[in-house]
Amino acid sequence: MAALAFLGEGEDVAPVIQEILQQLVNGISLGSIYALVALGYTMVYGIIKLINFAHGDIYMIGAFTGYFAIKIFHLPFLPALVVAMVVAACLGILIERLAYRPLRNSTRIAALITAIGVSFLIQNVALLIWQPNPRAFPDVFPFRSYDLWGVYIDNRQLLILGVSVLLMIVLHYVVHYTNIGRAMRAVALDDDAARLMGIDVDKVISFTFAIGSALAAAGGVLVGVYYNRIDPMMGTMPGLKAFVAAVLGGIGIIPGAMLGGLVMGVAEVMVVALTESTWKDAVAFAILIIILLVRPAGIMGRRVREKV
Amino acid sequence: MLIVEELNVFYGGIHALKEVSFQVKEGEIMTLIGANGAGKTTTLKAISGLIRGRSGSIRYNGEDIASMPAHQIVRKGLSQVPEGRRVFADMSVAENLTLGAYHRKEAISIKSDLEWVYQLFPRLAERQQQMAGTLSGGEQQMLAIGRGLMSHPKLLLLDEPSMGLAPLLVKEIFEIIREINSTGVTILLVEQNAHMALSVADTAYVMETGRVVLSGRAAEVAANAQVRAAYLGA
Repeated sequence: MAALAFLGEGEDVAPVIQEILQQLVNGISLGSIYALVALGYTMVYGIIKLINFAHGDIYMIGAFTGYFAIKIFHLPFLPALVVAMVVAACLGILIERLAYRPLRNSTRIAALITAIGVSFLIQNVALLIWQPNPRAFPDVFPFRSYDLWGVYIDNRQLLILGVSVLLMIVLHYVVHYTNIGRAMRAVALDDDAARLMGIDVDKVISFTFAIGSALAAAGGVLVGVYYNRIDPMMGTMPGLKAFVAAVLGGIGIIPGAMLGGLVMGVAEVMVVALTESTWKDAVAFAILIIILLVRPAGIMGRRVREKV
Repeated sequence: MLIVEELNVFYGGIHALKEVSFQVKEGEIMTLIGANGAGKTTTLKAISGLIRGRSGSIRYNGEDIASMPAHQIVRKGLSQVPEGRRVFADMSVAENLTLGAYHRKEAISIKSDLEWVYQLFPRLAERQQQMAGTLSGGEQQMLAIGRGLMSHPKLLLLDEPSMGLAPLLVKEIFEIIREINSTGVTILLVEQNAHMALSVADTAYVMETGRVVLSGRAAEVAANAQVRAAYLGA
C-alpha cells in the first residue's frame, strides 16, 4: 500500500484498485471477442496477404444465425453457437471461392477493393432482408452477477471468457499438431514449396477461411448474448477494431491477434471509464496510428519480409 | 520414365524454354547442366507443375502431367527439391520432414523413411527440434533433400543442391545423391557445378539460352571440347 501513498491523507485506496480490476474484467471480456474476430483477419492475411474486409460482416451473419437458431428453432445456446459457426464457415468458403480466388494472381489492391465490395454487399442484403432496426437477442442466460471482493463479474462475461479460451486452445492445437494446421503454416511461409510437398493450396486456403469465419461467428453470437442486441450494421465497427487488434499484435501472427484483441478491449474500456464514452471508437484508430508510426510490424511482429 | 517433348515456356513475353526435349530413364542419374539463365530451373518447375508450358508434352510413366496441378504430381512419386532449399524456416526440422510426407497415409512406411533420412543425414537427427531457419546452409540443403525423400519419390528432381556450399560439403552431398540413387530412386540433377554433376551422372544434357544444345552419356559430354572449354574450365 505504501506505493499508493500519493493518493493522499484519508483517501481510501481499495475503491481505486477495485475500479481498475473491474475495468480489467470488463475489458478482457470485450477483448476476447475482438481477439476471436482478429484471428480470422490474421489467419487469412498470413496465408494470402489479403485484408478480408468482409470479415466483420461474417461476424454479423454469425450473430444473426445464432439469433434465428435460438429464436425460431429453439435451440439451446451451445448448439446454436455451433450452427452459427458452421454457417459462417460455409459463407467464408463461398466468399473466397467466388470473390477472391478469381483474383488470386491479380494485384493486392484489386482483391482489397473486392473485399470492401463483398462487405457492402453482405451488409446491404442483410439490411434488405432483416431491416435496419436492432433486434433483441434472446435472453439465454438470465443475468447473474457474482461479487468477488467488490469486483463484479457476471455469468455472460464468464461465458465469453470460457468459450473464447476454449476456441483458442482448439485453434492452437489444430494449427500446431494436425496435418492441415502444418499445411496452413507451410502455405503461409512459402506456397510454392508447400505445393511441392503435395499440399493442395486451394484446399488449405478454403480451410483457413472456414476456421476464421467460424471464430468470427462465435464472437458475433457472444456479443449478442453480452449486449442483448444485434443489427445488420453491427459488424462494421467491431470488424475495424478487430483489424486494428490484428495489426497491433502483428498481422499474420496468431498469438499476436489474441494479445492485440485483449489490449484493444482493455484500452477501450479504460478510456470509457476515464473519459467520456464518445472517445470509445477513437481509441482504436489512435492505437492504429501509433502502432503504424512506432512499430509497424506489430507487438509480436518481426522485421517485415517481402516474398520475391 | 520421364519424357519431355518440344516444351515451350514463356515468362510474360520472354521465350524461356524453346522446344526442349529430353528423357530420364528409370534408375539413372540424369543431369541438366548449363549457365545461369539457361532455363534449367524453369524446366524443373514446368515438370513439377509450378509453371505451365505453352506447348509440348511432359509424360511421366506414360501419363501426360503437363496440365496436372503440382500437388497431384507429387502424389505420383515425382518430388522436387527446389533451388535455394526453400525449407519452412519457422518450423522445426521434424515438422519440415513430416510435411514432406504430407499426402501419405501409411504410418509404418513413413516412419521407416524418416529413419532412413536420419540415417542419411545424422546431423538432422541431432537437430530435430531446431527451427529450420537457424540451420547452416549445408544443413538446410540436407533438410530440403530429406524433405523431398519423405514423399517416397520414384523420381527426385534436384535443383542446384551444391549452390553456396563449401567444397567439402558439396562432395558429401554428391555422395549422398549417389547413395539415394543406389536405392532405386531415379534422379534428375540440375547443376551449375558441371564438373561434379558429370562425375556422378549417367547421362547429361547441356542447355544454353532455353535450348538443349548437346546430350549424351555423361562421360562423352564431359569429354566434349566445347563443354570442357565452357563449363569445366579446361
